[in-house]
Amino acid sequence: MRAERGPLDRRRFALALGGGALVLALALAAGAGLGAAGAGFGALAPDAPAAARAILWDVRLPRVLSAAALGAALALAGVAFQALLRNPLADPYVLGVSGGASLGGVLALAAGLPAAGLPVTAFLGALAALAGLERIATVAGRLDVLTLLLTGAVFNATTAAAIVIVQTVASREELHALVFYLLGRVPALPGAALGALSLAAAGVAVLLFARGRSLNALALGEEGALQVGVEVESVKRQVFVAGALLTALAVSWAGLVGFVGLVVPHAVRRLAGPDHRLLAPLSALVGAAFLVVADLVARVVVAPRELPVGAVTALVGGPFFLVVLRHRRGRGDG
Amino acid sequence: MAEPALAARGVGFAYRDGHGVAEVDLEVAPGEVVGLLGPNGAGKSTLIRVLAGVLGPYRGSIRVCGDELSGLTRRELARRLAVVPQESGAEVPFTALETALLGRHPHLAGLAFESDRDVELARRALARVGAAELAHRPLAELSSGERQRVVVARALAQDTPLLLLDEPTSFLDLRYQVELFDLLRELAREGRAVVAVLHDLNLAAEYCDRVALVAGGRIVVAGATAEALTYAHLTRVYGTEVYVDVNDLTGALVVTPLSARARERLRREQPAATP
Repeated sequence: MRAERGPLDRRRFALALGGGALVLALALAAGAGLGAAGAGFGALAPDAPAAARAILWDVRLPRVLSAAALGAALALAGVAFQALLRNPLADPYVLGVSGGASLGGVLALAAGLPAAGLPVTAFLGALAALAGLERIATVAGRLDVLTLLLTGAVFNATTAAAIVIVQTVASREELHALVFYLLGRVPALPGAALGALSLAAAGVAVLLFARGRSLNALALGEEGALQVGVEVESVKRQVFVAGALLTALAVSWAGLVGFVGLVVPHAVRRLAGPDHRLLAPLSALVGAAFLVVADLVARVVVAPRELPVGAVTALVGGPFFLVVLRHRRGRGDG
Repeated sequence: MAEPALAARGVGFAYRDGHGVAEVDLEVAPGEVVGLLGPNGAGKSTLIRVLAGVLGPYRGSIRVCGDELSGLTRRELARRLAVVPQESGAEVPFTALETALLGRHPHLAGLAFESDRDVELARRALARVGAAELAHRPLAELSSGERQRVVVARALAQDTPLLLLDEPTSFLDLRYQVELFDLLRELAREGRAVVAVLHDLNLAAEYCDRVALVAGGRIVVAGATAEALTYAHLTRVYGTEVYVDVNDLTGALVVTPLSARARERLRREQPAATP
């Protein structure tokens, strides 16, 4: 039933990335051209009214590009952590960096800081979590991935408890903002933030491509990777920090948009194979496209109100995840 | 004699609980097949992993093709020495061919894709272990024995002068055991050096030029196979009675462990002959 797939070569790599770029272009066009306010590409005509032009250029385009950058970042963080933990069910949020970010963000909201400061406090929270986790999980000079995973899980549970406490004592208004923040949404990022996130995502995509053969070898286990000449410790550390930084950036700007980092690498793996040199950049493109479309759905289904995009991705992601899980069990290796 | 592929002198390594290996001297020349034998828990696998550079730091000196192991980068080491580990990757998401291609990693520059030649070498490695027809099968769907042959192919694809194997036959049926060891002899004829941890004394007797008997983390007997595999040595190292004879057909030693029933009968029939 499975099509015979040879090892990755330049031709398949280029074809797949070209396909991914095409999908992303279509998604961006749909995201920018469709919406509750109508408008659309009529705004490109020379005689288009100013309002239509403003909707396209000032409202939709920044929003669509933000969704794309966030989607790419989350998908890449998912690929990074799945490779690091050698567990295809890991997502960007398993390692506790997101817990640090949401705690930072929630504390800022609860302290009544202006909304503009929220991403900054969230990012600081994430960085603190990253540093703490790396420290705890470094055993005898080695980054121990099992300790990392356990520490992350415990840390997430602890921050979740702290967040519940904050929510309990928060006022109604704050509570609404909190719930919306934690569910995840796509804001139209300010130019500098969009630039930083896009650059970071591009940088991590290149890193994961460059370390792709090493990450493939890591599937043999750490000892197996050493045996074929991989500098395992340095690769693990690079991949952990890269994934954690992307997660920190994404969570601090968008809250917890679930399932993108889990579902997208899975879908891409099944379509294009497990080779990380292709998996990473293609997941970035597909993740970008997926979040652009999910955000479009979130904008239009209950217009003029908006759904949190995290609800949309989880609605698609949850069932998909169950199907994958059942499939794995069916093969007897789940 | 040519420069040894592997020269270990006074090598020691201890886990945190104090177990490990100590004072190991082992030299293996190109063209030799050397067997490491010994009871469970003797430290054979630990020794292989220390020699492979995955357990450390070690005491003493390990030279691989002339250079001290601790001074080599992972890439340099992986171009000199390939390892067939005991456990084989049931979790690996790749096909057999993709797995064999991982063996080309130390030969590839930074961002390079595998060339047609790399794919050819990986295919040839699969063919040499009788796994050519498995090339496009996912590793996770193979049987333990098939997977083990693919792991050997991965090591062959590394194309190294030195090969370390940790119980490479444990999942293989009779035919593939023989084929694998015929292959190891062929590799030795090509000028490679082979060190293998073995449980089957008769395979060791037939295929190894030399053996080292390991017990309690030390090499207690080392030498040419026919001289090392004696009744006295084996009985002492394994702590059980054995019967050693020569196979009339192959000329190799045959080692048969003696059951309690056989020992009892021997005691009754020829009390003076049993030491």
